[in-house]
Parts: sequence; structure tokens; C-alpha cells
Amino acid sequence: MSYRIVVLAKQVPDTHNVGADAMNADGTVNRAALPTVFNPEDLKALEMALQVKDQVPGSTVTVVTMGPPRAAEIIKDARNRGADDGFVLSDARFAGADTLATSYALSQAIRQLGPVDLIFGGRQAIDGDTAQVGPQVAEKLDIPQVTYAEELVAIDAKTITIRRRLERGTECVKATMPVLVTVTSAADDCRFPNAHRMIRLAKDEVRMINADSIDADMDRLGLKGSPTKVKQIENVVLAHKESVVLEPTEAALNELTASLIKEHIL
Amino acid sequence: MNNVLVYCELSEKNQIADIALELCTKGRQLATRLGCRLQAAVLGSGVKAAAESLYPYGVDDVFVADDPRLAPYRTLPHFDVLSKLIQAQQPQIVLFGASSVGRDLAPRIASFLRCGLTADCTSLEIGSHEDPKTKKTYENILYQIRPAFGGNIIATIVCPETRPQMATVREGVMKKEVFDPAYKGTIIPVAVEASLAAADKAVEILSREIEEQKIDIKGAQIIVAGGYGMGSKENFQLLHQFARLIGASVGATRAAVDAGFCEGERQIGQTGVTVRPKLYIACGISGAVQHRAGMEQSAKIISINTDPDAPINAIADYTIIGDVMTVIPQFMACYKNNLK
Repeated sequence: MSYRIVVLAKQVPDTHNVGADAMNADGTVNRAALPTVFNPEDLKALEMALQVKDQVPGSTVTVVTMGPPRAAEIIKDARNRGADDGFVLSDARFAGADTLATSYALSQAIRQLGPVDLIFGGRQAIDGDTAQVGPQVAEKLDIPQVTYAEELVAIDAKTITIRRRLERGTECVKATMPVLVTVTSAADDCRFPNAHRMIRLAKDEVRMINADSIDADMDRLGLKGSPTKVKQIENVVLAHKESVVLEPTEAALNELTASLIKEHIL
Repeated sequence: MNNVLVYCELSEKNQIADIALELCTKGRQLATRLGCRLQAAVLGSGVKAAAESLYPYGVDDVFVADDPRLAPYRTLPHFDVLSKLIQAQQPQIVLFGASSVGRDLAPRIASFLRCGLTADCTSLEIGSHEDPKTKKTYENILYQIRPAFGGNIIATIVCPETRPQMATVREGVMKKEVFDPAYKGTIIPVAVEASLAAADKAVEILSREIEEQKIDIKGAQIIVAGGYGMGSKENFQLLHQFARLIGASVGATRAAVDAGFCEGERQIGQTGVTVRPKLYIACGISGAVQHRAGMEQSAKIISINTDPDAPINAIADYTIIGDVMTVIPQFMACYKNNLK
């Protein structure tokens, strides 16, 4: 018994380092202008997939991402950490995709792999925080989903047991495979890249897949396949108040606290 | 008729969750503006009383699916019932809470219906839209407004061609207000048998552990919030001392939570909670738009920051220029003196 596992991952702009040229005029993200990272929750998802593989030797982990060619960096990183292989869906026809068009492309790519037992992905990516692509891929593949996973509890021949986060608490659920699981930041950190793997895999190219090889309806890809349109982008105009600026002197703070107490605010 | 539909999730006590009441309040405004009915969907077990409690919020029709297999919430049973209901009713707008339930269910529904979905909206309005390429004009479109990428922009998203238009909203972002205490709506039972037969088997809940809510900053009158500028988890302890002294709750920015300075439940902002206290003391917070979205309606704001140009200062009533680790103890000492 072994499993065919897919991990959905995304190379994201490092939102801690955003410059003024981060947006294009049409409201889409100017990815070229930004440093990138492996989306943090996708790394957690990779770890959960590798834990399954640890428990069930012979299982394979394939990492799938969509993005520009340089997204191959995260596939290499994932391989160094223990994934068996991976590929990048990269094609101008995928560009401008919202979550619906993205999930369609990803689900078509997964279909080309044949039967898959488990799909893991981060709950959400830090550049959009929508948490939509996971459930949408599950719907497109017509398989159940378990979102907000924090811990892999058990795995047996046909089911996986997951502890997942609720609004107030957690629950333990047992899902019949195939199933898609989205993983939160509370899950285990991903293992580090392995030096032997890095040396051995350094020269292995990452496969690039274009829109022609996923049996897709071209009208459902990219900007064309995206029902959400950005109507308007506004720079934030701060509601400007006349702020009283105080130096941190005892006199100033005394006066401030006294007046707040007098006004029954403190 | 194409109405406005709110998916109403339930609390652990089987009552309508606050987020759903907030959405109904907003939904009532949208429905009035559009001249259509406000409808709600309540899926659960033993939910008649909860369904009726929606009327004062101006709900005209409550679709009720009542079956033990619908509680507690599981994705596929709710997905099957709700997606069939939406297909039958053809609402023009569907609203969900951006909770662990709404964020699980809404995207699956949007994928099935092949319609757009905008997450974490901070404002919803009705207006017209002209397609920049085709010059075609669409009337009475839902503007789905949210801070976007990087934080310094507000994006207005529209879905002109697909229906329904769907959005999720975080708890606390919209206000919950009774529309008319005497408002009378109608309960419309929804048949579930056909939907649930297959959907029931895929995922089984083995156990649930519901935690008492330990941290609840939503209702706090005074909030002391810390940002990345607090520097460390240890320094963050000072905020707890400060809060204890003045009877406040401790909040945080996402950057502070991500850095591990405090618990995620304390996060204030677009992807955390929205607060409206009478006093908000921002300590070492620069003021990214996502954070401001969650606190700018505070009655009074004090910013303590080393940077005189921090964006938060522009919405603060008072700005104290200085290092938080020095200013807060000074502030505490002055407060104690003035209480005497």
C-alpha cells in the first residue's frame, strides 16, 4: 500500500518587503518587482505530505505550482526537502487568473496525473489571504475537503484522520480518500533541505507545463476565465486628524492622563 | 426574483452567529437599495427558533434545512443543500462570514457555480460598472471593497457577468443592528433528503473540543495594542501590565502575531477582529491599512511611536514620540499619580 500525494504550492511575493511598484496599472500584482518566498502554509502542507510518506513508504509526493518560470525555485526547494518531483504550470494564458481560474488550471493539471489519493495545500497564500483555491480544487475534482488542518492524527488504508481548527476549538475528522486537505500555520514546521538531496538533485531540471498539456477549456483560464474584475484601485487616503504631538515629558503625560481620566475615557 | 441571500452560520449554542446578524444588517441595506427581498439560509438541526430570531434584522424569507446530519457543520452536507438552494432561487448576491465555516463553504460553492467570490470585504456597496474594453454598462452591481496587496491600496472588485455575486466578510466589520423589532418574515422549509444521502458519508467527525473563549477583545472599552515595534515577546509583557493597570484588553497587529509576540486571537485588522473601543492605545504600530481597517473607528486613538511619520499617527488624536519601553512606564506612573 502506498499513496499518490500532490502538494499545491505557491511562490509568493514577500509581503514584508513591498515597494511602490508592486501593482500594475490594471490592478494585478507586478510580481517581477518583488522578492519571493515559498508560501509559508504551503511549506506546512509539504511537511504533512512528507509525514504521510514517512509512515507509508513507497508513497510519492508531487508538488504542483502555477506561476512564472522562476517558480521552479520552490519546486527545487521542495525536492530538496523530500518531495519526489514537481512541475510548474507556466504559460501567458494562465496570467491574470483569479482563484476560480487558478483552481481550474490546477485541477486539470492534477487530472493528468491519474488517480491521486491525497492533496495537501496551505490554507491560504500570504499575498491574497483568500483561502479559496484549496476548496475550489476539491470541488473541481469532486472530492471531499478538510480545511484548517493542524495535525495529521492517523492514516490507514482508505482514510486519513486530521485535527482541524474551528472558530472556537478543534475537531478531529476522519475522511475517506481521495481527499484534499488545507493546512494552517499551526501545523508542524517543514523539515530542512537535505544536503545529500541538494547535491544529487542540483542539476535536475524542473518540468514546465503549458496550457496545451492539461486538456483545458481555454476560456476558463487566466484573465478570461476569471469572473472577478478589479474595477478600481485607490491609494489609501488617510482620514487625517489633527494629531496632537507630544514629547514624552512628565508634564505632557501628566496632562494627557489627567484629561483622559477627567473625560472618563480612562 | 433575484434576491440577496445570507448564509447564516450557527454558534455552538445553536443560535445565529453574530457574523450572520451583521451580514443580515448589511444585506437588508443592499436589498432595500436593490428593491428585492432579503433572504437567509439556516442549515442545522433544531434551528426553528434560531431561524425566527432573524426577522427583526429585516429578513423576508428564511430557508430552513433542518436535519441532524447538518449539525455540527460539515462541508459536503452544507455544500449540497446550499448549492441546490442557490440554483433554485437564483439570488443576485450571496454573503458569507469570513469564518472557518464561511471560508470553507463559500469557495466550494463559487467553484461549483463558476462565479466570483471576494474574500474579507470591508465594505459592500451597490453601483454601476462600465467595462473598460467593451464599454458595456452594468447597473446595480455589487462593489466588493477590500484592502489589497501590500496594504496601501483599496481595491473595488466587481463580477459583472456572473451570478450570484459572492463575498465574505469578517466578524465585527459590519455593524449588527435590529431593523424593526416587529418585522415578520416567513420560514420556507428546504427538502434535504436527496442532497444528503451521498454527501453524508465522506467525512466523519470523531470528536470536537470546544474551547471556552479565553481572549475576547471585541467588546473591550479600552485596548492597548502592540505592533512589531514592541520588539520582542518579553517586551510585549509590558503591554499586559499596562492593560491590567488601566483595565484594558491587549490587542496586536498581524506583524506582532506573526513574530510570535502574542496569541492570534488578539490580532486586530482586516484578517483579525475589528474593534471600536472608546480608547485605543497603539504601541509601536506603524499603521498598515489592514490594521487601520480594524481599529480606525475607535473613539480616541493614542499612538506611541519613535517614528513621527508613522501612518498611524495621521489617525491618532494624540501622538507621543518616543520609545514604547520608556514611554509606557512613564504613562503608567502618571496615570497612577492622577488617580490619587
